Amino acid sequence: MAAIILSARGLTKHYDGLKAVENVDFDLKAGQIHALIGPNGAGKTTFVSLLSGRIPPSAGTITFDGEDITQLPAHTRVARGIAYTFQITSIYANLPVFDNVALAIQRKGTKHLHSDTMAALARVGLETRADQIAGTLAYGHQRLLEIAMGLSMNPKLLILDEPTQGLANAEIEAFNALVRAVTPQTTVLLIEHNMDVVMDLADQITVLNFGETLSSGTPAEIRADPAVQTAYLGG
Amino acid sequence: MTRALALHIAVLAALFAAQYLLPPYHHTNIARIMVLAVFAMGYNIAFGYTGLLSLGHALFFAAGLYTTGLGIELWGLSAAPALALGLIAGGAIAAATGVLALRTGGVSFMIVTLMFAQAGYLTILYFGQYTRGDEGFVITRAARSIGPIDLSADTPRYLTALALFSVALLINLALTKSRLGRAMIGMRENEERSRMLGYNPFRIKLIALVISGLYAGAAGAAYSVLFGYVGASFAAIQYSILPLLYVLLGGAGTTLGPFLGALLMFYLIDISSGYTTAHLFVVGAALLVLVLFAPKGILGWVRDKGAKWLP
Ligand SMILES: Nc1ncnc2c1ncn2[C@@H]1O[C@H](COP(=O)(O)OP(=O)(O)OP(=O)(O)O)[C@@H](O)[C@H]1O
Ligand SMILES: [Mg+2]
Repeated sequence: MAAIILSARGLTKHYDGLKAVENVDFDLKAGQIHALIGPNGAGKTTFVSLLSGRIPPSAGTITFDGEDITQLPAHTRVARGIAYTFQITSIYANLPVFDNVALAIQRKGTKHLHSDTMAALARVGLETRADQIAGTLAYGHQRLLEIAMGLSMNPKLLILDEPTQGLANAEIEAFNALVRAVTPQTTVLLIEHNMDVVMDLADQITVLNFGETLSSGTPAEIRADPAVQTAYLGG
Repeated sequence: MTRALALHIAVLAALFAAQYLLPPYHHTNIARIMVLAVFAMGYNIAFGYTGLLSLGHALFFAAGLYTTGLGIELWGLSAAPALALGLIAGGAIAAATGVLALRTGGVSFMIVTLMFAQAGYLTILYFGQYTRGDEGFVITRAARSIGPIDLSADTPRYLTALALFSVALLINLALTKSRLGRAMIGMRENEERSRMLGYNPFRIKLIALVISGLYAGAAGAAYSVLFGYVGASFAAIQYSILPLLYVLLGGAGTTLGPFLGALLMFYLIDISSGYTTAHLFVVGAALLVLVLFAPKGILGWVRDKGAKWLP
């Protein structure tokens, strides 16, 4: 059995009265692609934001690579190998495409910033647009840039929040291949509404509903789970 | 050599040549403008590149001005070590301010830096026994020299100002091409994204503010030795607003904008005050035109119009 790279215990986030994430226990096996699914507002983005440190939890602990990281600020977690791509595209819209990825690559340190950056852009097919201002890219290309920034950090854990939203079918195919290629060196936690992508990629699936874990297991187990079918897959 | 480097060297060469062409009145003015431009360049590193809108940079300028001035007059230092101390004082005060003020962002950052500068101004007045408060003090002419070079004489003064300006400008240019410069711009453009790429916002901003303070301190230190006067008005709010105006006029986030802004604003005030006592009105009108027609400043506008390579 693969080692656990990240685990959460009793992870909770309340907004005033609203239980966005409620007492979630979660284990992530190293090298796997783990999908996080659930209806809109289930707490998926909030949950991964707790893992990446973007927002502080109301309660609970997070362990990464054998160490308690609950108190660490986001940028330190990133330095330890947790990369996060935003659900709502968050790029440097006024800067050239090149600089967007260079900012990700130079942070982890390299002697060959230019060639590494161009190689990272080539992975998502944006190398010919290096000089273009990122905000002027088509939406799908902005999503790809966001993914390129996540990938180019060579993280141990890559958290992707609805990466395929807005991508064309051919781009989704390429995306699937890209994610498969980075495993098992990189563990992937994938939030995804597109069930084809989930069933295609995921080794494990966790279903969140109203901030709580509804079910967790292999794709086959999740498909067969009657609770999931009623709550999410629609029977 | 890149286009950008060539342009910067051409500007420096033109300033070198200008000393032979200018009548004495403008000769002194340009020396003064170059020193003020170093101050504005420092302001631009914090504001234009990193997005830190400070209203307290007079404090850093005054730190350099007073450390050097008092170093000479009170402690009997010679000019060279006094200048070095002034530079360090600017950086140190900026570091202390940053450690506290950078806990806040946006409007609170403006208010906290403003309050710090105001506290500095009042401190200068409070210790009037040494600083002579508003009235200020003049630095003994004999002390304003390095070795045999008399920095109060026209030509050495001009060349010293130019040397300081050249070093400051070329460091600024190198910074914009560096990884640190890119990280600073990233902080300005999208702090949350930068944080999630692993940058510590506090650290990047503090580094930017300290570099900014070193520039302001160097400018203040040079000002006291080159022009021989130290007074509390340099620590007042106007001297925090002035570099902001220079930068907005010339172009925030451009290397040559601070100099261009300082040059134009200086002569705008100089010429208009020859015709009207309401020269502040002229400044206001100029800024209004700017905000309406070129919100990114002159060089920001030039860059948008096609000179994308302009650093
Ligand atoms: N900053 C916030 N303040 C208050 N409530 C919030 C905040 N962020 C999220 N919520 C609420 O928490 C709940 C979970 O939101 P979250 O964004 O985590 O859901 P999600 O599963 O990612 O949904 P989607 O599939 O639409 O992206 C929602 O009810 C949302 O309105
Ligand atoms: Mg979400």
